[in-house]
Amino acid sequence: MEIPYTTEIRKDTGLYNAKVGIWLFLASEVMLFGALFSSYILLRVGAPEGYWPHGWLNIPLGTANTLVLITSSITTVMAWASLKMGNFGKFKMFHAITLCCALMFLAIKSYEYHDKFTHYRIMLANGHIADGHFAEESKDFDLAKKTGSFSIHGHEIDLANKTGDELQKELNKLYDLRSPEGRAVEHTELKYEAKDIASMNNYGPWQNTYTAIYFTLTGLHALHVIGGALVIFYLWAFGGRMWKEDPERFTNRIEISGLFWHFVDLVWIFLFPVLYLL
Amino acid sequence: MSDQTKTAQSEHADHFSHHVRRYLYVFVALIIGTIFTVWASYIRFPSREINIAVALLIASCKAFLVAGYFMHLISEKKMVYGILGFTVFFFTGLMALTLWSFGDFPPHTVTH
Amino acid sequence: MQATHAIPHTGIHEEHHADAGFWRTYVFSTDHKIIGIQYGVTALCFLFFGFLLMLMMRWQIAHPATPVPLVGPLLEKVLGTVASQGKISPDLYNSFGAMHGTIMVFLAIVPLAFAAFGNYVVPLMIGAPDMAFPRVNMASYQSYVIGGIIMVVSFFIPGGAAQAGWTSYSPLATSIATNGQTFWLIGMVFLITSSLLGAVNFIATIIQLRAPGMTWMRMPFFVWAQFVTAFLLLLAFPPLEAASIMQLMDKVAHTSFFLPTGLAVGTLGNISGGGSPLLWQHLFWFLGHPEVYVLILPAMGIVAEIIANNTRKPIWGYKSLVYSALTLGFLSFIVWAHHMYLTGMGIRVATFFQTTTMIISIPSVIILTCLFLSLWGGSIRFNTPMLFVMAFLPMFGIGGLTGLPLGFNFSDLHLHDTYYVIAHFHYIVAPGTIFALFAGVYYWFPKMTGRMMNEFWGHVHFWISLICMNLIFQPMFAQGMAGMIRRMSDGGANYTAAHNEATGAVIGGLSESLIKLHVFILWAAVCLGLAQIPFIINFFWSIKHGKPAGSDNPWNATTLEWQTPTPPPHGNFDKAPIVYRGPYEYSVPGHATDFTPQNEPEKA
Repeated sequence: MEIPYTTEIRKDTGLYNAKVGIWLFLASEVMLFGALFSSYILLRVGAPEGYWPHGWLNIPLGTANTLVLITSSITTVMAWASLKMGNFGKFKMFHAITLCCALMFLAIKSYEYHDKFTHYRIMLANGHIADGHFAEESKDFDLAKKTGSFSIHGHEIDLANKTGDELQKELNKLYDLRSPEGRAVEHTELKYEAKDIASMNNYGPWQNTYTAIYFTLTGLHALHVIGGALVIFYLWAFGGRMWKEDPERFTNRIEISGLFWHFVDLVWIFLFPVLYLL
Repeated sequence: MSDQTKTAQSEHADHFSHHVRRYLYVFVALIIGTIFTVWASYIRFPSREINIAVALLIASCKAFLVAGYFMHLISEKKMVYGILGFTVFFFTGLMALTLWSFGDFPPHTVTH
Repeated sequence: MQATHAIPHTGIHEEHHADAGFWRTYVFSTDHKIIGIQYGVTALCFLFFGFLLMLMMRWQIAHPATPVPLVGPLLEKVLGTVASQGKISPDLYNSFGAMHGTIMVFLAIVPLAFAAFGNYVVPLMIGAPDMAFPRVNMASYQSYVIGGIIMVVSFFIPGGAAQAGWTSYSPLATSIATNGQTFWLIGMVFLITSSLLGAVNFIATIIQLRAPGMTWMRMPFFVWAQFVTAFLLLLAFPPLEAASIMQLMDKVAHTSFFLPTGLAVGTLGNISGGGSPLLWQHLFWFLGHPEVYVLILPAMGIVAEIIANNTRKPIWGYKSLVYSALTLGFLSFIVWAHHMYLTGMGIRVATFFQTTTMIISIPSVIILTCLFLSLWGGSIRFNTPMLFVMAFLPMFGIGGLTGLPLGFNFSDLHLHDTYYVIAHFHYIVAPGTIFALFAGVYYWFPKMTGRMMNEFWGHVHFWISLICMNLIFQPMFAQGMAGMIRRMSDGGANYTAAHNEATGAVIGGLSESLIKLHVFILWAAVCLGLAQIPFIINFFWSIKHGKPAGSDNPWNATTLEWQTPTPPPHGNFDKAPIVYRGPYEYSVPGHATDFTPQNEPEKA
């Protein structure tokens, strides 16, 4: 006996099997990202006043990525609609654009990650904090041995002996880059000898809980982008045969993979304002 | 395939140009929503909470459009609504109860 | 890829699959029955391994710092300094404890109760040819095996396996200098993936593949139980997956999701801080509580089936059972913080969780009551499955009732993290769930093999197991109430020292008699292990030499899995069976036989 309702719709539920399956899977994904968003809220609410970052991410790039994913969303649904209307050629065209959008998203994301990994925070021996992007380091630079020098393109702040509003204003130069103080900061070439540096870290996940949740959320999201793109690529490249033999089953597969892709877009719709704008 | 078996194909074949136009409207709405979100984030409201509320409101509208029209949830079957309904309930429970427990202390607790 | 055929062709199918060869048929199978057996055998192996870990732990507790007999030298050879001179060091004890819990819960019981029995029986019971997504099913098993291998391998890496309990609380979990925790976390990701894939499959199958006439309210209770269990796995596991990813980031990428500011433990001086250990606990227990219902619901399902069959009458209160199972599943998502009463929660939150916890005991009691009432007026056949199932009822009763003082936060203040908790949950899982699973093995064995397991040795297995289980766990209630806390590698020897100089009485410490109980428990555990030997021999011997079942339906059961050939062929049914009646039509007045199968047509 064959498994029924693989393409045929079951009368009392009005669904075919894979549709039930994908919505169940997406429900579990809602819980997965939901837990991470809950963690974000908790970490942010629990952070001391003035120490939660704002404006650390490049908004034009984030906006571009949002528009890229929205475009990929409509091309995905159009790819499926084309198959419903029997047009395999249009399906190929639309999903080719979807895949290009996926690649563009990942490229922009990689650039953003690289930007963070080359952004340094240096705790100086004199108590000041230097913050900026990597400019150059001398060949003999070794923090443990205290040799060489390290230069960044950035600015320096000093939190010592400050309280109340004054402290907050100084903190803003580091944490709230959208505040007046943050925006007024001027970046210059700053060079430090290793002996003047107490410790330093780049803006990877370890920098603070904001970068930790940023990398985790966007990293997991990017893994889903890659996974979804791989599935769509497989169907796009090798779907011709199934389209000929069982067009309805193939159309359903495009629908199912499309639902997953739209979910990935949905997550980004919340990720973008939460991480970039707030 | 016999004539009697109702398939997903036969449901939609004729209505498509109407659907395509709807997809385009949603696309445009999403673009506008994105621009609006970014613009609203630069407005200095009296408190940060308002910024958060505005951003989440716009995001929810965009999410509704994607889920409702691109994912066809607006015309989905009861079974799917049921599955998602429970999911939303439990997700809300996780978020709300965890946050509540972080904010509710016995009296005289030192928090920092 | 072939186009779908309108005409069934099982004969051709059989041939096609006979050609598939050993690997395709038995290793890379997509048939739910093979996958069910694969899950079952693998899970039983892990159950055995977890049991051995427990025996070594109980030895250490009863005879601290004494070389383990028989296996001591082997331990030293394989594990090195942590087991020097064959003694179990505190670190090794901790890793045994963490892995015993992890293996028993995630690698043994859930795969056996949910995946093994569920996979084999559910499609047959609803009249389906297979699971909705056979290849996803295979992937789910493979993911489980990979996760299991990672967990076992972690014992042999430098530093050893995870040591922070099956609950892996931060900051301890990530501050111990071993990669065992990393292995644990990666293993968990694979296990969670396996469960999620399985859950999707079960729910989609039950919704979509019920045979004509198999309405929701005609499904055997076992299927309802698996349905609810699948939902629990689907929606409760992902937050733990998220938490595992975050803890992995803490360990490998030096983030501080769960590490508070100002922590200075070992190499943790360089962290950013700002995290919350409580966040881990919330995310863990959000799964952790539904997980315990995952452990019990399939067992309740098995019990219902076997009771109906061996009392020759319908289950009492089918509708109550179904609605209770649904309610239980729903409520299980909003009770989790009763595992966290001692974390400094405020009164309002604690009261909320205490209230929901009390409410959830209601459907639980309703289910147990319905099962008990089902015995009334029955014509009971005391075969091996029935013995196990009848013992389940009071054992689960004890386990469940002893949970009540833990559910109230004021009494939990005294009992939290003591041996009382260990006794409570082991009563539910060991003489509870495991007994139901044993019953399931004896019950469905003839459907899988066409032979019966030996009744005499089944009775021996039952009686000794029942007595030993009680001898092991009953004393732990006393120990816990006297204040003996969990996870002490010396069994509490360090807490016996406080004596009143004048009278010699123990002040606020653990008394001699309480400590002596450890030796008693150790012997009971050894006997329990010995009692499993007849079961293991019986199981393997009966496959080839057991008494032939005599028919496809030796128990004279009504449910659909018994209306197929033995063992059921690939595709299960020639064409979809048609269901005419409910699942428990036993002893219907006026019928010639005392049972009517679900798919038997109405007589004209």
